[in-house]
Amino acid sequence: MKKHILGGAIVLFLLVAAAYGALYVAPTERTMGTIQRIFYLHVPSAWTGLTAFFICFIANLLYVVRRQPRWDWLGVSAAEVGLTFTTVVLVTGPIWAHPVWGMWWTWDARLTSTFVLWLLYVAYLLLRTLVEEPDRRALFSALFGIFAFIDVPLVFGSIRWWRTQHPQPVVMGGTGSGLDPTMWRVLLFSWLAMLSLMTLLMLARYGVEAMRADLDLVRQEAEAA
Amino acid sequence: MKNLDSVFAAYLVGWAIFFAYYLTVARRTAALREDLERLKNLLNRSK
Repeated sequence: MKKHILGGAIVLFLLVAAAYGALYVAPTERTMGTIQRIFYLHVPSAWTGLTAFFICFIANLLYVVRRQPRWDWLGVSAAEVGLTFTTVVLVTGPIWAHPVWGMWWTWDARLTSTFVLWLLYVAYLLLRTLVEEPDRRALFSALFGIFAFIDVPLVFGSIRWWRTQHPQPVVMGGTGSGLDPTMWRVLLFSWLAMLSLMTLLMLARYGVEAMRADLDLVRQEAEAA
Repeated sequence: MKNLDSVFAAYLVGWAIFFAYYLTVARRTAALREDLERLKNLLNRSK
């Protein structure tokens, strides 16, 4: 219990420090002004969501190969947490877009592929509620999770391969892209804070699956007694 | 500081989503823990 409280306190401290950095340390961007500060929440949330989906993909592959329940538990935990981060991306994006583009949403390649990614992982979680038998549920959702991950490279490449309303990449972009060194530091610190939050949430969610398995065992024991 | 309210709104909504998700996980954990304890007590009583 003490470990959980300490972990939560560290994550909270990192999140508050990241918000402080975004609002007061990072320089104001020349073209967009203050509204660009949403960047330090929006971009790290997107990167963290994609990281969680990558973990989900690896866990799904490992489940298909090894058929050990722990990989299924990790897969569903990572999918839920990735979905939470992607929800933040889809909500903060329009708040940023409205004053800059004059509209909340447009169906360009980046926004559409991100929305499809969100829908795919909602479907992954819904699929799990439709299959009752645990082994079949784990296998079906692992196979679907592997398929859903195909959209992740599309989200990454969408602003590199097509012309979009969404800004071109400032990280791993072409010539002329890049960030001011202080902006970089605040961005990387914000990502670290988000990764720590992702770890905390994923551990808590994994604990739910482990406890559910314990409960099934005790139930079987009670039925046999 | 034009649009500062939008920046605060984005942070507020973002943090609220994370907090709401954490609450759902905490609730699920508490419910499962309660079920587990209840079943264990039932088992111990029947032994």
